[in-house]
Amino acid sequence: MKQPLEDHVATLAAVQERPATPSAPRRMTLNMGPQHPSTHGVLRIVIELEGETIVRAEPDIGFLHTGIEKQCEAINWAQVVTLTDRVDYLSNIGNNLVYALTVEKLLQMEIPPKAQWMRVMLAEIDRLNSHLVWLGTHALDIGAMSMFFYCFREREDILRLKEMFSGQRMMTSYIRPGGLALDAPRGWEKAVGKFIKQFPSKVDEYENLLDNNPIWKIRTQGVGYISLEDMLDLGVTGPMIRGAGVALDVRKTEPYSSYDKFNFKVATQTSNDVYGRYRVRLEEMRESAKIIVQAMEGMPEGPYQADAPHVVLPDREKMKTQMESLIYHFKIVTEGYRVPAGEAYVAVESPRGEIAYYAVSDGTAKPYRLHMRTPSFANLIALPTLLEGTLIADSIASLGSMDFVLGDTDR
Amino acid sequence: MNFLILTVIKAAVVAFVLLTALAYLQWLERKVLAHIQLRVGPNRVGPHGLLQPLADVVKLITKEDMMPSHVNSFFWFLAPFIAVMFALIPIAVIPFGTELNLPTLDLGPIHLPAIRTAMQLTDLNMGVLFILGISGMGVYAVALAGWSSNNKYSLLGGLRSSAQMISYELPMAMAIATPLLFLNTLSFRGIVDGQAGYFFGFVPKWIIFQGFPFNIISFLLFMVAAFAETNRVPFDLPEAENELVAGFHTEYGSMKFAAFFMAEYCNMVTVSCVATLLYLGGWHPIFPNALGSGFIPAIIFLGFGVISFMHAARPARPFDRITLPVVGVVAFVHAAAFGIGALLVMKPDLAQGSPVLQWVASLANAIMPIVWFTGKVISILFVYIWVRGTLPRFRYDQLMSFAWTFMFPIAVVNLFIVGLYVALFG
Repeated sequence: MKQPLEDHVATLAAVQERPATPSAPRRMTLNMGPQHPSTHGVLRIVIELEGETIVRAEPDIGFLHTGIEKQCEAINWAQVVTLTDRVDYLSNIGNNLVYALTVEKLLQMEIPPKAQWMRVMLAEIDRLNSHLVWLGTHALDIGAMSMFFYCFREREDILRLKEMFSGQRMMTSYIRPGGLALDAPRGWEKAVGKFIKQFPSKVDEYENLLDNNPIWKIRTQGVGYISLEDMLDLGVTGPMIRGAGVALDVRKTEPYSSYDKFNFKVATQTSNDVYGRYRVRLEEMRESAKIIVQAMEGMPEGPYQADAPHVVLPDREKMKTQMESLIYHFKIVTEGYRVPAGEAYVAVESPRGEIAYYAVSDGTAKPYRLHMRTPSFANLIALPTLLEGTLIADSIASLGSMDFVLGDTDR
Repeated sequence: MNFLILTVIKAAVVAFVLLTALAYLQWLERKVLAHIQLRVGPNRVGPHGLLQPLADVVKLITKEDMMPSHVNSFFWFLAPFIAVMFALIPIAVIPFGTELNLPTLDLGPIHLPAIRTAMQLTDLNMGVLFILGISGMGVYAVALAGWSSNNKYSLLGGLRSSAQMISYELPMAMAIATPLLFLNTLSFRGIVDGQAGYFFGFVPKWIIFQGFPFNIISFLLFMVAAFAETNRVPFDLPEAENELVAGFHTEYGSMKFAAFFMAEYCNMVTVSCVATLLYLGGWHPIFPNALGSGFIPAIIFLGFGVISFMHAARPARPFDRITLPVVGVVAFVHAAAFGIGALLVMKPDLAQGSPVLQWVASLANAIMPIVWFTGKVISILFVYIWVRGTLPRFRYDQLMSFAWTFMFPIAVVNLFIVGLYVALFG
């Protein structure tokens, strides 16, 4: 087996050995990353420059490889939830959700409406979280330092909400096969209501700060263009493709978790550049806020977990007083629940695009195979097309507009 | 007093004040930026982080001075020296105030000799040209550092910076030429003297208020070019951290890095001084002394003292009960001193007959201009920091086209019109 380091060396060598073209006899190879302030993690891009123009860009991933997919095969279905948190560390709830939906599809389980609405609400809060981090870091890349802190101010509120619900700020593991991990905490309506009441004005504030700034506009408008055909060929999803005018959103096209009962618009832009993607994400934040309000106002009553004692851990009280519950608890905790043999593929809309889990079960308590179709990895394939022919200063804006998470890419 | 001794003392004082100011300018920047960005800023070392600059200096000096093996060592060592040298030299020709003209004072055991000296190290009759020339030399430091580091990021940063500094030198020189044409002198002292007096008795005759609107255009051009010259946001491409890591000083550490840092801040101070002298009337107050402008420093200190006592009444920490009243009393003493000085400057008759009061009056006469000058410089520096907290960064080609296709033509046209005006009516 080749060592990972040799792979990385080989990438550099392959780029350097490419013969110079007569039009550009002198080129400079620039190694961007894996430790570079703007690659947002440990992405390495080998760039060939002519002056400051990028002729070739070769992304080199794998520096954050955690082996999560493989690890899932060694633990039981219930334990995998904690690993899905760590795949895309900026949108953990979205990953919990897609995993839960996949397993529930295999189990053919019905989820009570309260859990479904709660999931929608939390997934949208999570989308806000991810977009805020994106906006902050993207603006920071372009040089607007203060935006970062304004965005993280709101993100802090979101992390507090997440902590309130799950006890964890980031690695929530709150959505599990069968429903939610815990019932919603006391006073959640007040906390979420307070946050969501002032949030739209904060989005207006960001828009005001950035859109009224000519430098922001000339840095983003017309930059990072990639043709729609290329994007469709390469399987790009999410705000990237919505920025090119395609209203592709899994929440609308294949509604899951009762998204069809919510009233929202799919934000699109036609400019197909960094600015368009920024506008798409800004609009998405506003739409997410609307969905959260709808979910709060129409939150159904009822149980927060499915009536499936063989999958869902029993109540502590019941476990300590009822024999049957104790047996179920013992079985679930020690050997895990069995999932019928078969395969399932479920896609949801993550903040970065379409995230899909493909699970194969052989009828045991552990997944036979769990494949994650992560949007960061799928979108990163478009990176060379996006970068080639642009200026190195634009590469930062273009990279930022893709909004990838390296944990999501390498998993 | 002996000219030589006086000059040495002056040079020492200027160097000390300037270097301390540079350290505290950095503190100010961190503090202001922090408050713009919802942070607190340095607040661990000393009250409000006031000792942070000292701690930084100690840290940078005691840090290991490492040289990467792949650099061209001679030029690599030379570059930070050049940077600091050409950043410090221009201060020599900048006047900070009118002149110190102290009479002899006999107070029994204390005998103070008469001192008469200009508040300036040297009054070159072509000081403006001198500053333009020296600041142009600063490019060498950046170019050499970028090249000798043997690092692609540094090279790109150095190239960008050289091109940028040379490009913006042109609109800057063109902009500066406008007030020079108006006042027909190249000496800073002459320029400031040309801005004395008031329109209608209260609008100062600063250059930006003369020759409307050409001098305002010139001032804006100068400020933009100054931002670019000093490599500050939104023109901080050489150190565009997100693309070029740290630009030309990627390979530098410890005190050599600090040297580049210091040079940048020193350039900021120089440029702010030049802007103050050329456009904002140097040390002339914002409204006439007869209307009481001299009391403004006293009022500021008074307010500071009152606020200190108010906070001491409701202390946030136990020791505030002791420290804040002390600060308040010190502020009141300053307020009183500045108040007396301002009164003596405003009504010289009061000092008649008392040698001590006359001595104080002549001291106040020398210090008040410095206060005004410093205040204006700090205001401009504050704008620098404010802009850094607000604006994103230009792209390299946009920056160059901004200089050549926007600023340069405007500067030329502006200069042409002013030249025509001065030739016909001046």
